[in-house]
This record gives sequence, structure tokens and C-alpha cells, in this order.
Amino acid sequence: MSGDLIDQIIDKYVNEKGILIQLLLDIQHEFHWIPKEAIKRISERLKIPYSQIFRVASFYTALSLKPIGRHLIRVCVGTACYVRGGTRILDSVEKKLGIKSGETTSDGKFSLATVNCLGCCALGPVIEIDGQYFGKLNSANLEKTLSNYN
Amino acid sequence: MEPLNSSSDLEKLRKKILDKKDSKGLAISVCVSTGCKALGVQKVLEAFNVEIKKQYLEGKVDIKETGCLGFCEKGPRIVIYPEEIYYFQVDAKDVPEIISKTLINNEIIERLLYTDSITGKKARYLSEVPFYKFQNRLLLESNSKIDPKKIENYLAIGGYAALAKALFQMTPEDVMKEVKESHLRGRGGGGFPTYIKWESTRKAPGEPKYVIVNCDEGDPGAFMNRALMEGNPHSILEGLIIGAYAIGSHEGFVYVRQEYPLAIENMEIALKQAEEMGLLGEDILGSGFDFRVKIHKGAGAFVSGESSALMTAIEGKVGEPRPKYVHTSEKGVWDKPSTLNNVETWANIPLIINNGAEWFASIGTAGSKGTKIFALAGKVNNTGLVEVPFGISLRDIIYKIGEGIPDGKKFKGVQTGGPSGGVIPEQHLDSPVDFDELTKLGSMMGSGGMIVMDEDTCMVELARYFVNFLCDESCGKCTPCREGLKQANIILNRIVSGKGTEDDIDKLGKIAEVTSVASLCALGRTSANPVLTTLRYFRDEYEAHINEKRCPALVCKGLISYYIDPEKCQACMICFRNCPANAIIGEKMKIHVIDQSKCTKCGTCYDMCPPKFRAVQKISGEKVPPPIPEEERLVKRLREKKRD
Repeated sequence: MSGDLIDQIIDKYVNEKGILIQLLLDIQHEFHWIPKEAIKRISERLKIPYSQIFRVASFYTALSLKPIGRHLIRVCVGTACYVRGGTRILDSVEKKLGIKSGETTSDGKFSLATVNCLGCCALGPVIEIDGQYFGKLNSANLEKTLSNYN
Repeated sequence: MEPLNSSSDLEKLRKKILDKKDSKGLAISVCVSTGCKALGVQKVLEAFNVEIKKQYLEGKVDIKETGCLGFCEKGPRIVIYPEEIYYFQVDAKDVPEIISKTLINNEIIERLLYTDSITGKKARYLSEVPFYKFQNRLLLESNSKIDPKKIENYLAIGGYAALAKALFQMTPEDVMKEVKESHLRGRGGGGFPTYIKWESTRKAPGEPKYVIVNCDEGDPGAFMNRALMEGNPHSILEGLIIGAYAIGSHEGFVYVRQEYPLAIENMEIALKQAEEMGLLGEDILGSGFDFRVKIHKGAGAFVSGESSALMTAIEGKVGEPRPKYVHTSEKGVWDKPSTLNNVETWANIPLIINNGAEWFASIGTAGSKGTKIFALAGKVNNTGLVEVPFGISLRDIIYKIGEGIPDGKKFKGVQTGGPSGGVIPEQHLDSPVDFDELTKLGSMMGSGGMIVMDEDTCMVELARYFVNFLCDESCGKCTPCREGLKQANIILNRIVSGKGTEDDIDKLGKIAEVTSVASLCALGRTSANPVLTTLRYFRDEYEAHINEKRCPALVCKGLISYYIDPEKCQACMICFRNCPANAIIGEKMKIHVIDQSKCTKCGTCYDMCPPKFRAVQKISGEKVPPPIPEEERLVKRLREKKRD
């Protein structure tokens, strides 16, 4: 049950100071989003106002209040990738999947997000799919990269 | 193992580690940092492990998985010891040959050596590679020598000797004096003297005091902190413990952005190992000094890199800055005195303690001492991490180390200091790089991002990109930053889409003036820099966009059109087949034409058109020539054939 899992994650942080972001990151890592249920449970158990948790969860880009697809594609739009055509890669991915950044395809296969910098600027433009990095992309090898996922 | 209990315990262990090292010293170090991983180094590594078994070399060769050596462009990179031969762009299928030839017989494989792009000469050693020749790698050098997951490796190169020296031969005051005389300035952006920060936390009333490592590295285009934390976490930790000792702190935080999973992993391992050895925790090395460290992961917010915002994030709240009439060094995390320094600043501390302030201050310029790591990226031949002494010129970095601009393009500007920095044009390339010089030019040092742009970069679009970025990342707490950036963003979007009006430049200038004086934190105060510097150095580009509806760099979608030159088109059908908008009218033997009403200006046809034809062209500020009449659409070579 996901409720038990949420409790197990919260257990690690009981009686500690300033842990809210770390706790939410763990929840995000486990469920790939922050379910309402989790916010409620944290609020009850750690006596943190619901509104405060919601504020933190909605402020940070790494925390998502919507469920995401099977594969998360993050397109780097940092400066180095931008100079080398990162925005065009983003355009192509958006067009190919028919969704905008921040959305999920209707079949639940892909979610698309942008990221400010992945720190592999030398390989730009870069995208990351499920934690794996793909560098030096152009419209041709992007197509190939995406077709490997289903 | 038993925790080390004295300085001599540490030295004994170090001797043991060094004695154990194979006298032959056969080793292969493979860079496994994020950059080389993206290039597929994992397969190379697997191939080495398989091949070593196959050739019965297990236990005889030390395979080191090291951090980033900076030259990401030419990765995956490996080094073969003891000869220290560097191979670049290594593939898994090269591995058997590397082992049987180079490792066993000392034979060089020419094709894997670095080739000088100008002279064509092969470089056998690192000192012959231009990218490295002009650097002074005080901090990054160790990355190639150690496996960051093994504390023994760090001890073998003299690790934690500075800590032992500080704890047993120096008082906290002595350490303070050394840091003061080194004139070390913060590497995170502001260049604030480290000593003054430390001193103010040290003297501030209130317990506990905190020391913090800032590895939020939110500047897009900067990755030096990632490389240091992934490649040599112990050096940062050692610096932090020494700082804590000097300041009188017993609790520290390492703040790392969650986008850097490997950095987090390596730092976690480092903390655990240091604790087990008695180099961290209670009674460090038996000195009576206690210090503990926690890792805090950042959840992705650019503004959280600002010191007061970062400290609020450590408290588990929304990372927003607060007014700093009371400095965070006096009232920081939970209102206790807190010193926050950048990763690179902390990593410099062991060097200063080991070699002395005088040595450190002998490197660099009058106002900026030591070295600085820059992330050289963008339109430059050699991208990667570059560590140079302060005072080197931008030209030397870009042309000697970076070996110039690719594809024979012309240099246009270099952007330093991240999104809130500025663009520096050609005429200032000979300026020495240090904190004060870059500020004078209207830019700033920032954390060391250095992005090179060529003639294909539109400066107005670039300013729009940065303002849009900052607009997204502005936390919204203070009005000048929130509203000013929003308005500037609207105006810049208008200009790049071809709808700019004459008073727009004036309006941008006024907004910039207000945001830069009235904003709460440095994000807002410096947010006008990209607009101001591009206006200062590239005003003509703004004017071309507004007055002539022309984008000189042929970038802005709203102002350019794609056009197929009928004289050059060979009707190869490549663009026709790949156009995602089906905007190309074409068939075999017939010159292709772009239907301008359907074209989305994605540029696919431009990229795909074979270089030997170069038929697809970009035009701006002029009308697209009308499509050629149907009867002339037979490709030129056939028309000529027919005529003959």
C-alpha cells in the first residue's frame, strides 16, 4: 500500500529539524510525484500546516504535484545547450510527442520537462531520459534516441 | 578499522597505503563523471574489466574510476600509468588493444592520442595538449589521481595533512590569519573576502554556529562545482572541517542540488569514510575538536543559491531570500551565525594551509589571488573545465586553451557570470580576468561560467533568453524584480518577434535601472546585466530588429524565412521527406520550394540539406523571392543537359 510506504518514508524524519524538502524529495523519488495523500499524512504526523507543505511542493521544480509518465524526458535549456540549439531540440520533442514542457502524453508514456542545466555543457545540446544522458543531439539522432523507448 | 587518534596515526596510515602500492604501478584511470557517462564510458569500463580477466591481469592492474578532468569534449578519456599516457575518445572496442599494446608493451596507439587541430601533431603527454598546457590546475589536477569513492586514494596524495596541521600545529587564530593573508575571495560569484565572512561568524554571539558548502550551482553553463564534488569530495570536506575549526563551529551542511546525483553519492560516501576513520565526528584525530556534517539536497530553484535563500531552504522552507541588513554570517540558519562558501572556496583551504598564504597570494592579480575554474562552453572548439590563474586574458582562454571558434565562424561575444552576468565583446578580449575587471566591463565573475558565442548567436534573443530564465526563477517576493523582469520579458519578446517599437530600448533601460537598485537580493539587482551589456555592446542588433525588422544573426523565428535557392537545389528529396510541417513542395528532378504559409521555421531543412549543396538558406529583412514558375522547376543539371 502506498500509505504504508509514505509512513515508512516519514519515519526516517520524525523528530528532526528542517527536513521537509528532503522528505518531499524522497516521496518524489519513490512515487515520481507528490500525491495529495502524502501531503496530508506529513501534515498530520509532523504537525506541519498543509498549506506550508503545499507551498514548498509547488515552489521547487524537482517536486511535481501531478503524476508523471513512464519515462521522464528532461531537455536541458541551460545557456550552453541553448547556444548550441537546445531550444530547437525542445521544439522537436514537443512536436514529436504532441505535448508541451510540463505535460504528459495521453497514453501516459512520456512526461516532458525542461531543466536549467545538467552540468554536461560540453556535450550540448543534452537531454536526459530516466536518468540517462544523451549528448550532442540534433534532429536526426534525437529521433533515434526517442524511438528506443516504449 | 579503529579511528585514527592522532596526527602520527594518520601519517602511519598514509605510509602504509603508499608502501602497499605496487612498485610497477600499472594502473588505468577512467573518467566516470557525468560528462563521460553521457558519452558511454560505462561500456569502456566494462570492457576493461572483462579484458583484464581474459588476459590474466587481475590484481596486477589498478582500474581507477576517477572524476572529471575537464576535457569533456574529447571524452571518454583514460590515462595509463606509470607512463601517464592519455587517450581520448576511447571506445569499448579499443580496449583489448590498449591492454595488450600500451599497458603490457608500452606501445603507443597513435589514433587514440590527442591530435593538435592546427599542427596535426600527436600529443603523447598531457603537457603537450594545448587545452592543458596553459592551465594551472591546483584544484582539478587531483581528479585524475584519485578514485573519489576511496579515501585511501585521497590520503595517498597527502589528503587530510592540512587538517592535521591546523588541528595540532595551529590555533584557530593562526588559521584565520593564514586565510586573511591569502586574500582568498569567495568563488561563488560575489568575490567577497572569505576571511571577513569567517571573522564575522566567529565573533557573532550565539551558538551553535554553522558552516555550509554551497553546491547549488544553478548557473546554467557552469559545472565546476559538480566536477569537484564528484571528483574530489574529500578536499571540500577537509576545507570545511578546517574552516569550522577556525570559526568555532561544530555543525555543517553540504547543500547539493538534486540534479547532481553522482555528486551527492560521492559526498555521502566521503562523509561516511571520514567518520569511520576519525577524521569527522567526535574528537577528530584525538584533538578534542568535534564536527558533524549533514547533506541537504536542493530541490531545484535558482534563487536558492543565494545565501539567505539557501539557508531558509536548509530550514526546510521555501528558499526565498530575505533582506540582508543583518548578515547571514551573524544570523543565518535558524538565526544562528552561519558561514556559507562555495565548493571551490572550501577546496582552496587545504592548499592554503599546506602551502602557506604567501604562496597562494603569489598567484593571480593584485585584487584576486589564486586560480579560478571556468566552465568553457558554447561555440568553442575545446569545451570543458579550465583552471587558470587570475589575470589571464579572455583571449588566451578562448583561443589558446579553447583553440578558437569551430567551423571557421567569427567570434561575437563571451558571456560570463551566468544569467545575471553580461556579454563581453571582441574589443575587450585582452582584458585580464579577475573579479574587478569583469565587473568594470559590466559583467561579473559569477561562479565561472564562460559561454562563447559566434556570429550565429543573436544578442537580442540571448538577452530575451536570460530575462525569460530569470523571470521564471524570480521568487516573486519583491516587486521590482518580479514585475520588472516580467515587463522586460514582454518587451524583449516583442522585439524578437518583429513587433518592437522605437521606444522599447528606452523602456528596457529604465526598467533595468529600477530593478538593479530596488531589488531585494542579488538575483534582482544583477538581473539587468544581460540587457544592459547587450545594449551597450550590440545596440545595432536591437536597432536592426526594431527599425529594419531584420535579425542580423538570422536566428529570431519571427524575422527570418527559409528559402531554397533554385540554382543550388538538386532535388534530392531529403528536406522534403524530413520536413515535419509538410511545407516543402517537391518531387524527383524538380526543384523544391518551401510553402511559406505552412513553414514553422523549425530549421530541419536547413540542417538536413547536404553541405555540398547548401541550397536551403535563411534570409531576414527582405522579401522571400517568389517560387519559380512550374516550367523552370526541372533541376539545373537536367535543364542544361536538355539544352545540350
